[in-house]
Amino acid sequence: MTEAEKSVMATRRRQKQAVGEGPLTRAALIAVALAFLGIMLIAPLLVVFAEAFSRGAGVFFDALVAPHTMSALQLTLLVAAIAVPANLVFGIAAAWAITKFDFKGKAFLLTLIDLPFAVSPVVSGLIFVLLFGANSALGPWLDEMNIKILFAVPGIVIATIFITFPFIARELIPLMEQQGSSEEEAAVSLGAGGWRTFFLVTLPNVKWGLLYGVLLCNARAMGEFGAVSVVSGHIRGQTNTLPLHIEILYHDNKAAAAFAVASLLAMLALVTLAVKTVLEARFAGSLAAQRRH
Amino acid sequence: MQVRVTNVSKNYAGMAALADVSLTVGSGELVALLGPSGSGKTTLLRTIAGLETPDSGVVYFNDRDASESRIQDRGVGFVFQHYALFKHMRVMDNIAFGLRARKKNRPKEADVKLKVMELLDLVQLSGLEKRFPSQLSGGQRQRVALARALAIEPSVLLLDEPFGALDARVRKDLRRWLREIHDRTGHTTLFVTHDQEEALELADRVVVMNKGQIEQSATPDEIYDTPATPFVFSFIGESSVIPVVVGNGRATLDERVIDLEVGVLADGPAKLFLRPEDVAMVTDGGPGIPGLVVSTRRIGGMRRVTMECGLARHRIEFDAPAEIDIHNSQRLQVRITGGRVYGDGEEGYATEKLASSDTADFKWARAEGWIDR
Ligand SMILES: Nc1ncnc2c1ncn2[C@@H]1O[C@H](COP(=O)(O)OP(=O)(O)OP(=O)(O)O)[C@@H](O)[C@H]1O
Ligand SMILES: [Mg+2]
Repeated sequence: MTEAEKSVMATRRRQKQAVGEGPLTRAALIAVALAFLGIMLIAPLLVVFAEAFSRGAGVFFDALVAPHTMSALQLTLLVAAIAVPANLVFGIAAAWAITKFDFKGKAFLLTLIDLPFAVSPVVSGLIFVLLFGANSALGPWLDEMNIKILFAVPGIVIATIFITFPFIARELIPLMEQQGSSEEEAAVSLGAGGWRTFFLVTLPNVKWGLLYGVLLCNARAMGEFGAVSVVSGHIRGQTNTLPLHIEILYHDNKAAAAFAVASLLAMLALVTLAVKTVLEARFAGSLAAQRRH
Repeated sequence: MQVRVTNVSKNYAGMAALADVSLTVGSGELVALLGPSGSGKTTLLRTIAGLETPDSGVVYFNDRDASESRIQDRGVGFVFQHYALFKHMRVMDNIAFGLRARKKNRPKEADVKLKVMELLDLVQLSGLEKRFPSQLSGGQRQRVALARALAIEPSVLLLDEPFGALDARVRKDLRRWLREIHDRTGHTTLFVTHDQEEALELADRVVVMNKGQIEQSATPDEIYDTPATPFVFSFIGESSVIPVVVGNGRATLDERVIDLEVGVLADGPAKLFLRPEDVAMVTDGGPGIPGLVVSTRRIGGMRRVTMECGLARHRIEFDAPAEIDIHNSQRLQVRITGGRVYGDGEEGYATEKLASSDTADFKWARAEGWIDR
């Protein structure tokens, strides 16, 4: 081996070390990641359940079946059941318009979609108070027509839709952008109409992104606090969602009950994640096949 | 179905992708669109299919303005440059898509199956109907795309580089096979290709495009033998270009190095285009153009020689029999037996076939052919 070859080999060895970490470093990195996950994610979750049962299972279940908890749960589910499908339609429509067509004001629309993420939820809530409140332009008219939006279910639904709007659109836009419109063009040239093309070609191609967007949207719809807090009016049994109810219980010094209800909310989140994992595992085959293409 | 494109223009952000293009594809004709990358081939195809709307001009399908009918109703089978298969559907569902999408007289599911099997057989993919596109090779995907387009029994078939991503061997097979399918089905077919060999071999007529315009539309023989513009000459086949000066009916280089009779061509600067077979080495001691060999390489049974001649050392390429030993820096003489001179006329290019050479004795039938025409 000549000197030159030797030096090349040495360089290569050094490069290899620089890229592939040694076993010690790897173990340390994994440990740090796990520790972070444990402290920031798992421990709080455990604390919620531990606190919930701190006064025994009796208190826990009493808190859950209390009428106000029940009505809060119902309201939360109702709001999610309206907000998620609404955003499903809006999100798909917005993503479709932005990615498949060219029009003036596209960039503006893109920025607009991000608005709910950029603005503090409390401010979002206040916007609706200004919009629908008694002193607003719409206020007197709404009063006359006997339509109650603020401090009632419609207000909560509207605020939730506003807050959760970006989840689905944001999930779909990059996906649809990446896929382009060649498959749609193929479908149209083969004689398929707009709806057929959408349901048979566009939708199946984004179904995983869509599912993920829906799950995130749902989780946020059920968990939203700030904006809903502003528009709800906190009427127990009527306009209290689960997060609002938890806060009230907590301030009433009913920590165990608060955590019991909180654990309910946490359960909803865990179920959401479980559903996603199960679906992904179930369709892993077709997912991989699509990605590879 | 006859397709007639009349004065179609299309601009993208101020840049012309198609500039006043007119083209007629006869019913049952197989036409190749040939041109360099970015010359507007795909744009023209997409405009015919209705996937692009022209800024001006009209596309007629049998005297009917195509823009009056929806894309779905044009009956155009389109094979995309990048396949555009439905990746979440199996091969059979891809092919059946068009049949199932029919509004009028949609076939029964059993008939759809039958038809799909028939098409799979045609494209030689039987047994792969359950696969997803991702589980196919590039050539197989290409054939699925073709079967899918054929399924709707299109009256016009548009193929955008149908064999683009394939190796030379498979291309050749598919080429022959496409010709067979065309002859059997009789669709009006327009296909895009980068590959001149493919265009010349496969098509009834070749349309050469450049910078959004059609340079020439003619049979493969005409395209090769009588290229209408310098662009077509240099794009098709191999060519050497030598600047010459035309005066008194003769084209000359450096006074007398090259001296050719060019008939009616207007006086002024012009360009002499030569194919390797338009130049022959002088082996009998007769008069010729003197030059210096700068390189040689073997091409099949011939030796391709590059020679420099004239004061500015213009390069000429020609073929010599492999038996003759030719080496670099060798001095030799050649005679010109064909080729074309293109004058820099104001209204495009005045062209003149070469009628004669400075060495008067024509031995080759080909050269006499030039004179006859
Ligand atoms: N959607 C588009 N937006 C902007 N410019 C475009 C668009 N499509 C095509 N062009 C431009 O129009 C010109 C013609 O493009 P076209 O795709 O027709 O070329 P082509 O002949 O098919 O090339 P290739 O052989 O590389 O496929 C190119 O300069 C291209 O950049
Ligand atoms: Mg192209």
